[in-house]
Amino acid sequence: MRMLQNSAASLWDALGNTVDACDPTFFGAESSFALRDLYVGSALGDRSDELSGQSVLIATTDQLAAAAAILELDGVARRITLCPPDVPLEYLASVAKSAEADAIVSDNPAIRIAVPGVTSFIHCDGKILPGDRAAATRHETEWILLTSGTTGVPKLVLHTLASLAGAAESGRPEPNHVIWSTFYDIRRYGGLQIFLRAILTGSSLLFSSAHESTADFLARVGAHGVTHISGTPSHWRQALMSSDANLIAPEYIRLSGEIADQAILNHLGTVYPQARISHAFASTEAGVAFDVSDRTMGFPASVIEHTPRVEMKVENGSLRIRSERTAFRYLGEDSRPLKDAQGFVDTGDALELRGDRYYFVGRRDGVINVGGLKVHPEEVEAVINRHPKVRMSLVRTRKNPITGALVVADVVLNTEPNNENKDERQTRQDILQFCREELPSHKVPATINFVPALAIAETGKLIRHHA
Amino acid sequence: MNVRSEIIAQFKRVAHEQDKRLAPLTDNLELLNSGLDSLSFAILVTRLEDSLGIDPFTASEDAQFPVTFGDFVNLYENVAK
Repeated sequence: MRMLQNSAASLWDALGNTVDACDPTFFGAESSFALRDLYVGSALGDRSDELSGQSVLIATTDQLAAAAAILELDGVARRITLCPPDVPLEYLASVAKSAEADAIVSDNPAIRIAVPGVTSFIHCDGKILPGDRAAATRHETEWILLTSGTTGVPKLVLHTLASLAGAAESGRPEPNHVIWSTFYDIRRYGGLQIFLRAILTGSSLLFSSAHESTADFLARVGAHGVTHISGTPSHWRQALMSSDANLIAPEYIRLSGEIADQAILNHLGTVYPQARISHAFASTEAGVAFDVSDRTMGFPASVIEHTPRVEMKVENGSLRIRSERTAFRYLGEDSRPLKDAQGFVDTGDALELRGDRYYFVGRRDGVINVGGLKVHPEEVEAVINRHPKVRMSLVRTRKNPITGALVVADVVLNTEPNNENKDERQTRQDILQFCREELPSHKVPATINFVPALAIAETGKLIRHHA
Repeated sequence: MNVRSEIIAQFKRVAHEQDKRLAPLTDNLELLNSGLDSLSFAILVTRLEDSLGIDPFTASEDAQFPVTFGDFVNLYENVAK
């Protein structure tokens, strides 16, 4: 999209460019609003002018409320900090301090008490009242995104609208019938990308809800005729476990946030034969780097050298990225540098070159050490997931007195749980045999536990506990 | 569960899985000559912990790794008591 560069200085301006022609709507689980109504009204009770030049914490429970607040405050506030709803209240005070927050926008009065240092509180529950967004666009607003830190306290990552919308800008203009949806919350990088795409292209957007089952979400996605939808491979594995997966008929499926293995790409291709399926590499810090649409795991080696406007290199086995879409820095006391001296972000994602293709093998910090030999849990999961009886798996470390650690796997089968021990034993042997054929012996799980489900974080990623 | 027979069964199973040729399991057999490598022993100890509910190597801080198959069985039988 060119409009952001040429004629729109803020999201509000972008909205003005599309709202009449496209008449987009935001659909929530319980309510919805037409962006046309927001454009001639306000969800902040006409108080956006008060927030001009301020640092504002947007900490609503409701996603629609956050969407409205973001639209009204970009270009007005000096800084907006997007708090996902699952950030524990006890961390909000430290987030507010690091963001130097002057004001809070929320639908949750408890936040007032949790963050006593910030006295200005503006109620916003997504209801739009007639009025006028009084404030004029004056600031290039800093956007702060939260990512989960290793200690639990979120890290604050600084972007601007330009760095966040860089990938949406280079996207092709979308036809008017496009309706976007995403399993992600829009206050996370993956979801925010979809939110920005929808605004910049004048498309409607259907929001997920933390209070809704996957089946209910799929039913809404189907009922509204969503055409474009994004999520993590774990989101999609869950969706495909539901018989409601056949309620949706997307034209375009986008995977990001985790490694897309061949099993999930094949499975999506079978269930949605008409869909264009792409898997993207992006992170909050590194921004959107590239996407691949050939339905094959990994990516062609040429992508490293020939991706427009994104420089990439592999150093010490991990992918490094420099582009206009990377974040600028971390905020807060004792925050470490986000980039190296040359401006490259180390993604921490380990790559392996096989033939003319690169494959993601896992996170550098998730490596299991089996008697001195390294194992990436993700590479073992990719093999297990290809077994026809497996829906999804989690490979983890187990302490061992001889090798220090061993690899073990928790596996969710795609058949109904079966109490016949004999079947289960045979399936376990089959999966192990499959692993032995594909992997060196130290990477083969020592034990396989069948579990009914695996825990997925609010980020849409499998929850991993690093030893 | 009989500790000795479970140990013998697991030795055989792990050797089979790891494609190792297992020597006859007599009490005098030195484990180094059993045909199993350290990864196989690591897996064996994990499987035995699951089936017998004990891990004698972690249960006692000064557990010495047994030398013979007989020592190995004794170690498990003593903890299982």
